[in-house]
Amino acid sequence: MTEILDILLSANFWAAALRIATPLIFGVIGALICERAGVLNLGIEGIFTAGAMAGWMAVWLGAGLWGGVFVAACAGALFGLIHAILTVPLGLSQHVSGIGVTLFATSLSYFIYRTALPDVSSPPRIDAFQPLDIPVLSELPFIGPALFQQTPLTFLALFLVVATAYVLYRTPLGLAIRAVGDNPSAVESQGLSVYAIRIGTVVAGSAIMALGGAFLTMSAFDAFFFGMVNGRGWICIALTVFASWRPGKALIGALLFGAFDAFQVRLQTEVGSFIPGQVFLMMPYLLSIAALIVVARRADYPRALLVPYFRGQR
Amino acid sequence: MIRFEPRGPVPVSRVLLVSVAAAVAALLLAAIPMAFAGLSVFGAYGLMVKGAFGSMFAFTEMLTRATPLILTGLAAAVAFRAKLWNIGAEGQLYAGALAAVAVGTGVFGGPSLFLIPLVILAGALAGGLVMLGPTLLKTRLGVDEVVTTLLLNFIILLFVQMMLEGPMKDPMGMGWPQSEPILDEAALPKLMARMRIHWGLIIALVASLGVYFLLKRTVWGFEIRAVGENAAAARHSGIPVTATFVRVGLISGALAGLAGVGEVAGLKGYLTADLSPGFGYSGIVVAMLAGLSPVGVIIAALFIASIFVGADSMSRATGVSNYLADLMVAMSLLCVLVAGLFLRFKIRFVGAPSAKETAK
Repeated sequence: MTEILDILLSANFWAAALRIATPLIFGVIGALICERAGVLNLGIEGIFTAGAMAGWMAVWLGAGLWGGVFVAACAGALFGLIHAILTVPLGLSQHVSGIGVTLFATSLSYFIYRTALPDVSSPPRIDAFQPLDIPVLSELPFIGPALFQQTPLTFLALFLVVATAYVLYRTPLGLAIRAVGDNPSAVESQGLSVYAIRIGTVVAGSAIMALGGAFLTMSAFDAFFFGMVNGRGWICIALTVFASWRPGKALIGALLFGAFDAFQVRLQTEVGSFIPGQVFLMMPYLLSIAALIVVARRADYPRALLVPYFRGQR
Repeated sequence: MIRFEPRGPVPVSRVLLVSVAAAVAALLLAAIPMAFAGLSVFGAYGLMVKGAFGSMFAFTEMLTRATPLILTGLAAAVAFRAKLWNIGAEGQLYAGALAAVAVGTGVFGGPSLFLIPLVILAGALAGGLVMLGPTLLKTRLGVDEVVTTLLLNFIILLFVQMMLEGPMKDPMGMGWPQSEPILDEAALPKLMARMRIHWGLIIALVASLGVYFLLKRTVWGFEIRAVGENAAAARHSGIPVTATFVRVGLISGALAGLAGVGEVAGLKGYLTADLSPGFGYSGIVVAMLAGLSPVGVIIAALFIASIFVGADSMSRATGVSNYLADLMVAMSLLCVLVAGLFLRFKIRFVGAPSAKETAK
């Protein structure tokens, strides 16, 4: 038991939890925005991969780190646009289109990476984002190392949570997005374009998702690997339901996952390996399913989620 | 301005035409990444055709590759018919393979007449049982099956890795995480000498006809289609919707499980964690290209398999990454989605009302 307490009381553990949660925060915020407008975006797994690859490659080709972040967001926006066009004006199945975008974005990213670097055994590295050293704050006991010695992208993620909550609940734009996800014909009767709002929202949400991928190659690691996204996108889809489509709860959900993941790694090294490592690796997925079961009954789905809207049709 | 006008029932010939058009469009689009990689497009396609059809060996390799794709394609097609979004064929495939290895590597002895059906049954059952969980969660608690089936893919693959490094590891495997080999009596026989093509293909073809018969000629099939068209209306007219979803889930999972059986008991002979290069996900493309028709699945699987086998061979000859094949398959899915619009709608290009008309 003391080992468990030791783990939970170390600043290092909480720093790791926030670090692991960062890509999930980007992903779940992006997914949440899309779903608030009524579009399920299962392209997320591929958009993560595209963001990771595009951001990394831009920096490798000589762009600055923030330039890489921008390129990643553009890549995400582009794949989001494909998904938006297929599902909003064309009204195709959001499930199948999302899977298609995931397959397309993943294979295109891998293909480009392999074509640009045909015979590399170890992936080339870039100078990734370093943890900020904020003068006073990072020297605070415990909170300093846990919260303030993170890379800039983590702060960007936290900022996006607040910004998303503000936009969704405090601005006319947010009202329009939520209305489009709940009752699109009411929006149309106000003279607003459902298509424009949905497409714009999906593009923006996808750009944010891609930043989660960019965090992987430009902050957590300094290179691109095959299979590096490894299901994080799907976990974000589950987290969105868990969060009941609310940014604050999304942050909490992502942090819980980060904490759990950081905890299991430490527990494994402390307690030893009489339990196979795969059991721990399964946990995030099992927890996602458990979370879905727990909240399913009271899930407050955006009412028009998955329902295509056609102009002039009820 | 583009307007969509819904169509009535669609003739089969139009479904076929649209799928072929989508496949051609995908092949044309794939010329862009090919050119980007510095290939001559005609040369590359020539190499691909040769790689998939150029010799008896190439052709049988293509059929071998198509075998699991027919089964995972059927798994997706039958589930999608009921609007049960089973995205978990990959995991169900591994579950089927694991079960096949569990009963086929020496726990039970006996003649082929006993062992082969046992292996097949175990694999189908395991795949079906995996799908039972998400289906029940959907029908009882309203948990979205897309997410649960997807997450199960990861869980099952990790479970397979755990078994292969633990209880089911082959002690003679030189330390590699792989299962013991399937007994000769439990293995699916080869169809031709010195080729890898095996009886799994026959199983896949029979399964296609079986699903066709189920959907077209049975009460269950009628119920499946009715639930897919409108679950609320089906419930209203007295169709047991929950039971239908459970049946569809079991059938879909079992078909994907059979794909796993074919790969271990027919092809590889033992189980490794890299048994499937994404057959479950490619199955979704196969099903969509086939317009969810069980017989169309065979043709679509042959198309996808020839892309994979052809691109592998082209990749070996030119040194261009074989991720090109995955890219072409993904493009096929997107193209068939767009092409599907022509099935459901008449598309009219309508000029915006001009000022003169508005004035009238």
